[in-house]
Amino acid sequence: MTTDPDPAPALRLRNVSKTFGGVKALQSVDFEVRAGEVHCLAGENGCGKSTLIKIVTGVYTPDPGAELELFGERNNTISPNRARALGIAVIWQDLALFPHMTVAENIAFDEMVGVVPRLSFGRRYRERVKTVLDRLKVSLKLDTRLGDLPIAQRQIVAIARALMGQARLVFMDEPTASLTQSETDALLEVVRTLAAQGIAVVFVSHRLAEVIDVSERVTVLRDGQLVGVFATEGMTQFRLGELMTGAQLENIVRAKDRSEAEPVLEVEGLTRHDEFENVNLTIRRGEVMGLTGLIGAGRSELAHALIGMRASDAGKVWLEGAPVRFNSIRDAIARGVAYVSEDRLSLGLIQPQSIADNTVISILNRILGSLGLISPVMQSNLVRHWIDELAIKIGAPGDAVSTLSGGNQQRVVLAKWLATEPRLLILDSPTVGVDVGARAGIFRIVRQLADEGLAILLISDEVSEVLFNADRVLHMADGRIVGEYDPRATEVSELEAQIYA
Amino acid sequence: MRDVFRTYPVEARLSVVLLSVIAVLSVMTDTFLTLGNITSLLNNNAVNLIWAVGLLVVLITGGIDISFAVAASVVQYVAAQIFMAVGGGNWAIGFAIAAGLGIGLGLINALLIHGFRVISIVITIATFNAFFGLLMFFTRGRNIYDLPDWWTNRVFIFERQAADGTWSELNLSVAVMVACVLATWILIRLTTLGRQLYAFGDNPEGARRAGVNIWQMQVVAFGWCGMMAGIGGLMQVNIAQEVVPNALYGRELDVLAAVVLGGARLGGGRGTIFGCILGVMFVAITQNGLNLLGISPFAFQMIIGAAILVAISSSNLSFRLRGRAEPVEVAP
Repeated sequence: MTTDPDPAPALRLRNVSKTFGGVKALQSVDFEVRAGEVHCLAGENGCGKSTLIKIVTGVYTPDPGAELELFGERNNTISPNRARALGIAVIWQDLALFPHMTVAENIAFDEMVGVVPRLSFGRRYRERVKTVLDRLKVSLKLDTRLGDLPIAQRQIVAIARALMGQARLVFMDEPTASLTQSETDALLEVVRTLAAQGIAVVFVSHRLAEVIDVSERVTVLRDGQLVGVFATEGMTQFRLGELMTGAQLENIVRAKDRSEAEPVLEVEGLTRHDEFENVNLTIRRGEVMGLTGLIGAGRSELAHALIGMRASDAGKVWLEGAPVRFNSIRDAIARGVAYVSEDRLSLGLIQPQSIADNTVISILNRILGSLGLISPVMQSNLVRHWIDELAIKIGAPGDAVSTLSGGNQQRVVLAKWLATEPRLLILDSPTVGVDVGARAGIFRIVRQLADEGLAILLISDEVSEVLFNADRVLHMADGRIVGEYDPRATEVSELEAQIYA
Repeated sequence: MRDVFRTYPVEARLSVVLLSVIAVLSVMTDTFLTLGNITSLLNNNAVNLIWAVGLLVVLITGGIDISFAVAASVVQYVAAQIFMAVGGGNWAIGFAIAAGLGIGLGLINALLIHGFRVISIVITIATFNAFFGLLMFFTRGRNIYDLPDWWTNRVFIFERQAADGTWSELNLSVAVMVACVLATWILIRLTTLGRQLYAFGDNPEGARRAGVNIWQMQVVAFGWCGMMAGIGGLMQVNIAQEVVPNALYGRELDVLAAVVLGGARLGGGRGTIFGCILGVMFVAITQNGLNLLGISPFAFQMIIGAAILVAISSSNLSFRLRGRAEPVEVAP
């Protein structure tokens, strides 16, 4: 494979602006991607990344004055068909694939599109599908139903589909959001393979470590404006986060000594075979206990056992000094334990229902008025209280949860659980899919809740997150707690070295 | 073979069940596996299968059509008026008019669904009632016997007299059925349009983003279903020798049951011609077998209901066994 020696850019945008009814989504942004380059587009949600992608792919027309140069072709606007013909492809976050069709049918699908029907025989495109998969250096069975593949392999299918259409410039919108570490590594390898073949890749991700790892340059947008184009060589996650938010991130250790406070949760010798073994821990009033480790170390399984979602085989648990044994989540809620799951979007919220209804769903029996019916007054008071307390940005309490951003949805989940008045709050990966700025907001709330006396178990696979926000940090590996760290005396790199050793 | 079971689990299981039913009936009765019984099974179910392949196309695109059987009655009635007006007509004109009227009624559904963005079950329940109401209003519920001869005369494509003097024959509707099944198979398996129909049913948003013309998908699906309704209606008159306005009322659910039994998914993206044939055959043979065995006809509905439950729930069960959470089949 040869890298295209021509330094001429695959894409060059000058002075691109886009206004939606008076709101400036983009303000005279310049953007350039070279052939064979992996280029990152970074910025918080709402910074204009998607608008930019949609302008390049012809979904939106830019405001007058823009210059678009695609593979040497200059224009002021571009149509979706022209963009496709030039080899511009987008791999959307939801992939836009067809789960009941086979791998081969998915990869070749774009050839099937067209109003005038033609005959189409599988054997005509199968060879080319194989060639494309070979180019990506992956092997997939062509006749497997797509729905039977794990997400990571569906990503590969989406990439192959773009290549099948002779893509020369590929946009990837958060391709790693739902992948594990090893799947992510495999995907990044495919991305590098693409670039090595002269294809320009524009990579969008909230995981800054990945951005720095895979790309050569990163273009940072903030509030619709270009912050700058930076080489990733020598760039740190911390610096990139600051560029994206424009704020000095409060990346300081906040740990406090809570060893004098009375314990809320005490766990002794908790074991569930093949998942975790002999777990001992104590969380005190006002304490944030961090729990980190690799995916599969047993962190979530431990959390599930603590809230009664799965039974433990051995060990004892005390809550505020009293021995407890939860047989169901309902037991745990009744005793003051709340659990915010990592897949909040699918499990934590009822998306089409209103913010207000989602907030009170776990505590309906506490807002009953006369005759045992739900009291609208009590409901709205309670909802307003939590919206204020957690500073949730909403239109109206009656709006559907699906209208909120990821960070605000996460706050609604928190509100729902805090409304149950818990004494112990378990947060499982609370920042997955939440952008840098909103993360800071969530941790401010975590700190505030702890200061009010709540005991919190914070689970995350991002080491910096637990070190900067917890009072003590536990390292879990292969189902065992293998170390306890004091954030005031531990460097991020030190703990990372332990975890990835 | 394992791949076939995995890719088409419902079809594979249903064919095993069907083969066992056939085997049992062949052993337990001496009337089932006779030329006379087989030909009459084919004659009696040709129209159902014509409708079934039409409905299959709608189900693949993620829609549903409740109105097609009543639409077939409307086609019969209007076609009879037209034939009288033009002084008779013939088979060629008959097919053209029946197919044309059927497509027209199908397009009314497509237009309402696409124009108002209302899900197809709501629209077709509405058109089902509208079509039937108008039909009963204009016919005053009276049957039409005064039909052109070409329409009511039997046309045999196969005849044989057995040694005991009884006749076995296949009539024209079987040939028409074969043509309709073949045409639908070509449409959904061998054309780019067919791939787009499956894709649209599977992931409408993904299909839209890929550039699939959504309006065209609705037109093709409901137009095709309407055309099959019209052709089926034409052939049903040839068998029944009369036009009875409410004769087909309720048949839509029998056909729907057969198609769903054959593995078509009420949510789009899945369904095969082979499964469709199996589904219709299963319903037909079960009914036939119960008659031959002298079992109460009421048992039939019960068995079909149970078969649908087993077919659908076991296919979801197998997803779960493979450790993947697949959404349960839900009507749109």
